Order: sequence, then C-alpha cells, then structure tokens
Amino acid sequence: MKSSIRIGSGAAWWGDRVEPAALNAEKGDLDYLCFETMAEATVSAAQVRARREPSFPGYDTYLDDRMRAVLPACMKRGTKIITNQGWINPDAAAQRVVHWLNEFGYKGVKVASVNGSLITEHVLDLTETILENGQPTASLKSTLISAEVYLGAEPIVEALKAGAQIVITGRVADPSIFMAPMMYEFGWDPLDHIKLGQGNGIGHLLECGAQVTGGYFSDPGFKDVPEPWNFGFPIAEVSPDGSAVFSKVAGTGGAITAQTVKEQLLYEVHDPANYLTPDVVVDFTTAEIEDLGSDRVRVSKIGGKPRTPTFKVSMGCTEGFIGEDMFFYAGPGALRRAQLAKKILEERFKIVNLVAEEIRIDYLGLNAIHGDATPASAPEPYEIALRVAARTKTREEAAKVGREVDGMAVSGIAHTGKRVPHQDRTREVIGVWSALVDRNKIIPSVRYFES
Amino acid sequence: MKVKLQHVAHARSGDKGNTSNISVFAYLPEFYPLLKQQLTAERFKAFYADAIKGKVTRYEVDKLEAMNFVCEGALGGGVSRSLCLDNYGKALSAAILGFEIEVPDAMASKLVGQHLLS
Repeated sequence: MKSSIRIGSGAAWWGDRVEPAALNAEKGDLDYLCFETMAEATVSAAQVRARREPSFPGYDTYLDDRMRAVLPACMKRGTKIITNQGWINPDAAAQRVVHWLNEFGYKGVKVASVNGSLITEHVLDLTETILENGQPTASLKSTLISAEVYLGAEPIVEALKAGAQIVITGRVADPSIFMAPMMYEFGWDPLDHIKLGQGNGIGHLLECGAQVTGGYFSDPGFKDVPEPWNFGFPIAEVSPDGSAVFSKVAGTGGAITAQTVKEQLLYEVHDPANYLTPDVVVDFTTAEIEDLGSDRVRVSKIGGKPRTPTFKVSMGCTEGFIGEDMFFYAGPGALRRAQLAKKILEERFKIVNLVAEEIRIDYLGLNAIHGDATPASAPEPYEIALRVAARTKTREEAAKVGREVDGMAVSGIAHTGKRVPHQDRTREVIGVWSALVDRNKIIPSVRYFES
Repeated sequence: MKVKLQHVAHARSGDKGNTSNISVFAYLPEFYPLLKQQLTAERFKAFYADAIKGKVTRYEVDKLEAMNFVCEGALGGGVSRSLCLDNYGKALSAAILGFEIEVPDAMASKLVGQHLLS
C-alpha cells in the first residue's frame, strides 16, 4: 500500500477555469486528477438540449478543452483521471477521450464509463414521496424531464480495480468522485464508516476547487489573499487513515489557511454532524484543522457514521418560463425616476394582462441582491438599474416582460438608459425535486474502452 | 462597544434547493462566545426579514468556532425558480456581516479590519 496519495482538483463546476487544471496536471505531481462539472439542474438541462439538438453528444461541453489541456501531462506522469463529465452520456464521453488519447499517440489506455445513475423511466415506480413538499412523486409524471440517482464511489473503485486509467461518470455525489481513489489505493471497505467519513470529508473539501485555496473568500481589508486572479486548485496528500494535508502548486495566488478550509468545510452543509452522502454519513464537528503555514493545512479526525439504506434521487421537471430585463437611471434623482418607472411597469402589466406566478421588480444598486434584508438605512445610489423578472406558465407570457421594457424607450420617463434588446429575455425553468430510493434497487454498470 | 459582525467573524453561504446555509466563523477563539450568545437563530432570522421565508436552524460547531445557520425558504423557491439575480444566494452571507454585536472594550484592539471601523 502506498504511504500516501496525491489527489488534485481539476474543476469545481462546469464553467470553471481550465488553466489551474493544466497546472495541477503538469506541476502537481498527482496520482489522481478529479473533475466535478455538474450542478443540480445539469442533467435536466442536458436532456432538454439533447431533445432539441440531436447532434448534442450529452457530455460536458468543455470536455475537449479540459482533456486536451491535461491528458499529455497526466499520461506522462501516470496520473489517473476521474471525472463526472459524462453527464447524460458517459459512454460517448469515454469514446471522445479515447479519440484524444489516439490523437496524442497514447495507445493501450483503458477508459471506463460509469452508467446507471439515470433512472428517468423507472423513477415513479421506485420512489414515493417528494422530499421538499411531501407530495407523491407520481404528481410529477406529466412534467418530468429527467431523474438521476446520486451514486457513490463504489462503481468508480470497480473501474480502477479493472485497470482503468480514466473513469468518466454520470451523476455521482461530488465528494465520492474524490474519495474513490482513497478507497481503491488504501483498500478501504465500503462499510468502514470511520475511514469513509474522513475520506468523504476530504472529498468535500476538494470538490469546490478554488473555494478552499482562496476563491470565494477575499474581502478587502478583512480577508485578503495574494494574487486573487491566479488561483491554484487544491491538492490533498492523503494518508491511509484518511487524514490529509492540503496544498497548491507553488507560485499560484490565493491561500490555504485554517480560515479558507473552515469556510469550505461547512459549504452547502446543513447539520454538520450528519452530512448525508451515498457512501457514508459525515460528521464535521470532530474535525481538526491545523495550519502548518506556507499554504499547507492538515485536516484530520472528520467523523463518519454508517451510510443510510437509500440514495438521493434528483428529478428535473419543466415548470414554465422566466422573462427578465433591466434598464438604467443615473444622476441626481435616479431613485425617484426608477420608482416612477416601477409604477409604470406595474400598471402596464395590468393593461397587457400579464399572467405570472410571481413578479419581482428590484432597484439594482439598492436592493436587488439582498431584497427584504436590505437595511432601511442603505444610502441612495448615484446610478441604479430597474430590473424586472416574472415567472410564468408560457413563453408568450414571459416575453411580455421584455416587450414592456421595450416600451420604456420612447414612452418611459426622462433620462431612461436602455439596451437594444439583442439578448434572449426569456428562459425555461427546470424545477428540481428530490426523493429517496432503496439503494439495492440501483445497479450501476461500468463499460471499458481502450485507445 | 457595538461593532459590525464583520470585525469579529467571516461568513460563507451555500445553496441546496430552496435552502441557504449561511455559516459564520469567529476570527479569534475569544470572539466565539460572543457570537454564540448574541447571534441567536431568532435574531438571525429577524435580521434577514422577509428574505428568509421559512425556519432558521442554528448548528454550533464549537471545535471550529463556527455556527451554521440553515435558512429554509431563502432562495426564491429554489435556484432555478428564483427571480433574484443572485439566484444561488451566494451574496446572502454578506448581509449578516452588518449585524451589530456588543464587544467588550478590552477586545477593541483585536478587532479585524481596524481601519474600516465606523
């Protein structure tokens, strides 16, 4: 057994930067480079796109960019790659990676695809209750686009055991992508909740990339980090007991300190003593964080409890449309003019009979972000945008928002600044709901391809 | 003395469905008891007014000198349904940094961001 393994982050979300991934591949001395590229609605959005565009292959739209950037260095060093860039078509993604391996001249590389998370056809038979509202999942029948199970690390471990150097999955719980190498290299039993709790906690710290190396952190005057335009993605050197030292490639900006690690430890966590994942229940309340200096932090003693008998299922549904636009005021009295413009829009929406589930009109620059939490004492801004959005059942209704903003050009009030409406001002809403499914009913499958 | 929370704590928000979790971290161990005592779930919810429609649950993580506020109904129905420009609520955690907290005068020199004290 190795005395430690080095796992690096290559992406924290679909739109993440590519250059830090390349840097980790080239200078991170990594055993594993792992990519997390999916958000809650990624699968549903991909399904919608695939229906409209038969040529859409169904995997991460940046798969080519990412793989071209990291494959040469990874092949040279022997760094294995684990990634959820397969989205709704892991097989096609694996074949695409084989294509790039061939282009670069790397022969005999085994690439695995992990399938089995997509259960759209069976979800209404396998699940009963929507977690968010207690309604039966059958109530989603007419609007359901896609349903996917959050798989755990086990199918990835299976692929690694079979000799895969690159593993491409559909939906797998984010921390599990990063924990799979620990289970494989250190021979952890999938039911060893003590080790898996620690390993999953380390995976949780890695899966948001720069958010542990100084990203989403700088607050000038309070929390400053060097060169916040030049972040490195994190690298965890993990020991067989699951404790790890976090670091980043030398010469990158940002910072790894007890503060950056703590912020990420609770990110998207609800009860810190019971963080549910497919592999284990993680307990962050026992964690020890030791700042070793020079952008190195040791994390140990994250706790674990036995996994639950269920997997989480995420269901995406068509839920209508959002229409949205904005226009601008500046100078003395900007807010007064924006207030009158708001009144005009409200009256116009009555005249054109806008049928909406919800309408929101904000003063961007004053209260558009914090809404009702904006303090009454907030100062009046010099510039302000009036921003309007409505959620509707049909695209036609949503389009009324932009059409009424158009009217503000010559029929509005003095000093109205406006954009020419080139951009699409309506978009589809894909609502996401959750349910639980018996883990024994879900059988992932692994396929293999070779360059 | 009363100061804004930003001088004693830092914060980060995360999203899951229609729930935002806003975690608050003491800059120094000696600030943590002040947070625990003064930043209750009730005051937290009241501070956000109608921006948090549902329940606020406070979890304490003493070992990290941190508290996690789980705020239901804070994301406009969920990230994809929200009409808020910041539909993930990424900036929501900044609001609580304006919460006024009472700090013993003896701790004045330990406050973070001295030149920004108002």
